[in-house]
Amino acid sequence: MEDKAMSNKLKLIGDGLVKNNPTFVLLLGMCPTLATTTSAINGLSMGLATLFVLVLSNMAISAIAPVVPDKVHIPVYIVVIATFVTLLQFLMQAYTPAMYETLGLFIPLIVVNCIVLGRAEAFANKHGVLESACDGLGVGLGFTCSLTVLGLVREILGSGSAFGFNFIGGHDGMLAFVMAPGAFLCLGYLMVLFNKFVKKN
Amino acid sequence: MAVKSNLTNMVLVLGITCLVCSALLGGAYALTKEPIDKAVVEKTNRAISQVLPAFSETAYKEVSSDGKTYHYYEATNGSSVVGYAIESTTVGFGGNLTLMVGVTPDGVVYNTSVLSQSETPGLGAKCNTDEKFMAQWKGFDPSSKILSVKKDGGDVDAITASTITSRAYTEAVKNALEAFKSLNNGGQSNE
Repeated sequence: MEDKAMSNKLKLIGDGLVKNNPTFVLLLGMCPTLATTTSAINGLSMGLATLFVLVLSNMAISAIAPVVPDKVHIPVYIVVIATFVTLLQFLMQAYTPAMYETLGLFIPLIVVNCIVLGRAEAFANKHGVLESACDGLGVGLGFTCSLTVLGLVREILGSGSAFGFNFIGGHDGMLAFVMAPGAFLCLGYLMVLFNKFVKKN
Repeated sequence: MAVKSNLTNMVLVLGITCLVCSALLGGAYALTKEPIDKAVVEKTNRAISQVLPAFSETAYKEVSSDGKTYHYYEATNGSSVVGYAIESTTVGFGGNLTLMVGVTPDGVVYNTSVLSQSETPGLGAKCNTDEKFMAQWKGFDPSSKILSVKKDGGDVDAITASTITSRAYTEAVKNALEAFKSLNNGGQSNE
């Protein structure tokens, strides 16, 4: 029995990474996806920040869901999510000021990231705390990986560097890839590759 | 969804949620306030030592110039003033651009450093990393060079594809120099 429960949880995490990948399959949370992935590091930190909020809010919401009246469930969820986001903001400001500076603007926007509210609505309010935590972890990791890959591709093409390590000397990269149009282009091609790869398997 | 959506339940649940959340945030604020303040002070100090020659102590002061109040730090080494680190804010492409401008007593820019910016990453945000752009501010002498970007007939090399950011940066340096002037003219600094 216990083995089954365990594998079930692993499956939840795996689903979030591949089958329910928020960026390449569900196409959720496009605003931070397109805006923060100008470099691999930015994508990675944005993904991790969302992961943090997603796991905690999923857990909190699955715990309080049974006592929340139907008609006010959205406001209650938003308050819970906003609390975790603000908490994260305080922590980042205090302990990772450099990272906070790069992502500053997008941290408060995690509140309205549809992935977080989407998982609360679609999963957390119907499942237990532990399962919801796994779901949050899976989807969060999926988001983190997608953002890092997208950021890496854009950084290599746009600035000629990877994770901040420059390999084309003093030359400029293809600037378009750092800007919004490049984000759409990269996302489109990565989505094609991802779907091809997943369908094959 | 076991609980009915009547008025009492809704008010109660929303009220309690908000109460618990605000208590949580209040606590977190109190806990992180000190490290946040410390990080800000450290950052300011780092910026000051970056934009001025070696000094032993700094004194925080204010000066008004052109209707705006500027915060600045007077750096001294023993009894002689080695320079002033002036905070200057202008509006860039993506929002406020705040610089720390180091000016030596003879009115020459010693160095500049970005305190905060929200420019486009990969373009305007390079004002923080582009070596060529940053190097030109070292020892910038406003009496022999024109303080505006080349496109506007000045001597400042703009960052590629980021003229607006470069203009804002130049403007911030210019304002800081104005503040420096009014601080020397009579030195009516209101401490």
